[in-house]
Amino acid sequence: MKNQRLFILSGLLPALLLVLVFTYYPFFKGIMMAFQEYKLFDLRNVHYIGLDNFKAAFKDPKFLMALKNSGYWVFCSLILQFMFGLILALLMKKQFRGRGIYQGFAFYSWALSGFLIGMIWKWMFNSQIGVINDLLLKFGIIHERIGFLSDPKWAMVSNIVANVWYGVAFFAIMLLAALQSVPSELYEAAEMDGATGWRKLMNVTLPYIMPTIIATTLLRAIWIFNDPAIIYGLTNGGPAGSTHILSSLMLDKIIYGGDYGAASAIGIIMMVILLLYTIFFLAVTKAEKVGDF
Amino acid sequence: MKLRLLSLFKFAYLSLYLIIMIFPLYWIVITSLKPQKDIFSFPLKYWPDTITMDNFVNIFKISKFHIYIGNSFLIAITAALVVLVIAILSAYVLARFSFRGHRQIMLAFFATQMLPGFIALAPLYLMMSNMHLLNSRMSLILMYTVGLIPFSTIMLRGFFQRIPGSLEEAAMIDGCSRWSALVRIIIPVMLPGIASTFIFAFVQNWNELFLAVMFIDNDALKTLPVAMNSFIMKFDVDWGAMSAGAVLSIIPTILIFAFAQRFIVEGLTQGAEKG
Repeated sequence: MKNQRLFILSGLLPALLLVLVFTYYPFFKGIMMAFQEYKLFDLRNVHYIGLDNFKAAFKDPKFLMALKNSGYWVFCSLILQFMFGLILALLMKKQFRGRGIYQGFAFYSWALSGFLIGMIWKWMFNSQIGVINDLLLKFGIIHERIGFLSDPKWAMVSNIVANVWYGVAFFAIMLLAALQSVPSELYEAAEMDGATGWRKLMNVTLPYIMPTIIATTLLRAIWIFNDPAIIYGLTNGGPAGSTHILSSLMLDKIIYGGDYGAASAIGIIMMVILLLYTIFFLAVTKAEKVGDF
Repeated sequence: MKLRLLSLFKFAYLSLYLIIMIFPLYWIVITSLKPQKDIFSFPLKYWPDTITMDNFVNIFKISKFHIYIGNSFLIAITAALVVLVIAILSAYVLARFSFRGHRQIMLAFFATQMLPGFIALAPLYLMMSNMHLLNSRMSLILMYTVGLIPFSTIMLRGFFQRIPGSLEEAAMIDGCSRWSALVRIIIPVMLPGIASTFIFAFVQNWNELFLAVMFIDNDALKTLPVAMNSFIMKFDVDWGAMSAGAVLSIIPTILIFAFAQRFIVEGLTQGAEKG
């Protein structure tokens, strides 16, 4: 018994200690910074300033833009990734010749870094020598080149296109796994009741994989919201700050501004948004259990 | 008739999706193999007249690309190995024992996946500075290890839960200690799960950019993503070199992914479902 306690302790200690010291401690330290004047290049002048960083954020048009963009970015990316991913998973559910190879090519984007993906799409979206403009012109879809990255009207759309390209694979993987776990007896029973393709999908398949759908959309939205890598590689917030989301703006404040106070304030606002989102999402989907996920 | 329409749709959707997935990869590879003048020539060349390795030779000339590749491998592999050892232990304990605080620990691990990580970036920078670890590979190995502990634990725990506890109990009745039962009986059964966790960790480390940008300033210590990042700032117009660099940084992860994709998929879904 005593041995067992020792085993539990020694098994958990390295993991717990490292996570506490290098994740939670700096995290709470960062939260404190949001209430401080804290600039990397002026460390002698660090002091508490109450809510000033938050007030400054809400007065900053760049921040308000990023707030709006974040909503747009998460909503469009999530819906499109989910939709294309679900269709893909449904079509791939039945074994077909070469499915394994197909899967490899269809899902590889998952192994690339968001930054590189942003970079590659930056090359393809280029207004002069970009291949996307060239293809659209060739097929007669457009008649003059579009400044995908220089025109604020298009820049955010371009980011979302790259992000959808990146994230479809994630949903396809998770949903495919869930689809394959649907017991075949359920389909047999439905068939005996005379259900056909569409009805089987709506009455058997979707309800069965609903927990996976809820969990993946919940988590994925948080990741999309938190991860600025694609935007960093593709437009890095430009032109003129029009494509920043909250996380990329926060990164910008750290890397280029060294303004940790302002960055942390944005981080806290992000946390509040995430918390509200999660509570709302769980209430709507009535899936308290997903908290255990 | 309806069935034909459906299979037509299926074929069209799958083909179109595949083309869209492969095209960016094709385009960056083709660009990296074009001579400089063809990269910026009109009309665009979808298939090069001449193929050249110049861009690949160039990036090794204008930068220390072999050193960046070496750094990336060293850091990614070391951190993935360390995280495996630590996470196997914690995952095993969390899968097999119930004790006070069990739920809280799981929750603490899950929560790390949701926090906006950049809040911790500045304090981490200061911590690394205080520990004199800035501009060292050690800083990244440490950070990548820590960053992956929660997810790897959750994932491995899913795998442990699939193995019946009776397996090691039998070994312990035969006189094994719990440690040796874990090492000699359970871990060999778990190898696919361990492989998938290792691969996942390696790919994450290989791709990580922002911590590396913050912590590494010294050119000889840069990882591939950091090198590519400073490439963009320095040689914004040299798309030949940049695409060659991109191809080189993509190759290892794509190879691994093609080889072990089944494991990764299984690992991701197992970890998630059984969490």
